[in-house]
Amino acid sequence: MAHPSQLGFQDAASPVMEELLHFHDHALMIVFLISTLVLYIIVAMVSTKLTNKYILDSQEIEVIWTILPAFILILIALPSLRILYLMDEINDPHLTIKAMGHQWYWSYEYTDYEDLGFDSYMLPTQDLAPGQFRLLEADHRMVIPVESPIRVLVSAEDVLHSWAVPSLGVKMDAVPGRLNQTAFIASRPGVFYGQCSEICGANHSFMPIVVEAVPLQYFEKWSSLMLED
Amino acid sequence: MAEDIQAKLEKYRTAPFDARFPNQNQTRNCWSNYLDYHRCQKALDAKGVDTAPCDWYKRVYKSLCPISWIQKWDDQREEGTFPGKI
Repeated sequence: MAHPSQLGFQDAASPVMEELLHFHDHALMIVFLISTLVLYIIVAMVSTKLTNKYILDSQEIEVIWTILPAFILILIALPSLRILYLMDEINDPHLTIKAMGHQWYWSYEYTDYEDLGFDSYMLPTQDLAPGQFRLLEADHRMVIPVESPIRVLVSAEDVLHSWAVPSLGVKMDAVPGRLNQTAFIASRPGVFYGQCSEICGANHSFMPIVVEAVPLQYFEKWSSLMLED
Repeated sequence: MAEDIQAKLEKYRTAPFDARFPNQNQTRNCWSNYLDYHRCQKALDAKGVDTAPCDWYKRVYKSLCPISWIQKWDDQREEGTFPGKI
């Protein structure tokens, strides 16, 4: 989940998010280096004692500051395209879960074997136990087995919503009448939070997403328990 | 043939990758399998043959389609207002 005065991304919980995080570090470092260089040049040009500053040219520097930026752009583009194609790889999911957006809660359907469906409402602030997170906790979490490729089909029953879990690197719009597919692997067990990411009315900020990744045996136990209820 | 379907159904985990629907929008995938199941049922019933091969399509559409969509389509089929051709 997010922390107060956080600057960077949340810790990655999926391989794709790890890649995105490292790519962001790489691109941001390039941005910082270029900005520092430009700032230095500006300060140097403003504070120089030289008087003949305005009628200058040089073929050599023109070549350098054309080739070097092109090279830097390639240095950014290659990892970027690598991740883009990585995200588009054909995966073979072990489990399909449908996440349906409603005003103002999510419902999850696990229908590969039996018909398991349940609603997930935000826990009101007055009902929180000590240590729980305000506006992020839900009464029923979307439980998934850890280290398994999961396919999530996102849709909505009324207006536009969006299903997002930043630490898994996932965001997918929930459009009524359309079934949007996204996939991920939770690389470690844990609880991962997200919030509805498309304005959907009065309680848009109060329909969080909570994903809990557990070992397979616990997932199986949980799903049998849920089916009994 | 029937044994292959049985074997496939027993090993079923979830709807596999379908190359006809490789992209983000899986609406047609769900719709297609729903139609295919009911067409298969209708065709094999008409021939008087065992409809077990149709179960594959049923497993796939159950995996992919939201429960509310399936209920709506089932009601429409009963009323005779279902928009698809079965």
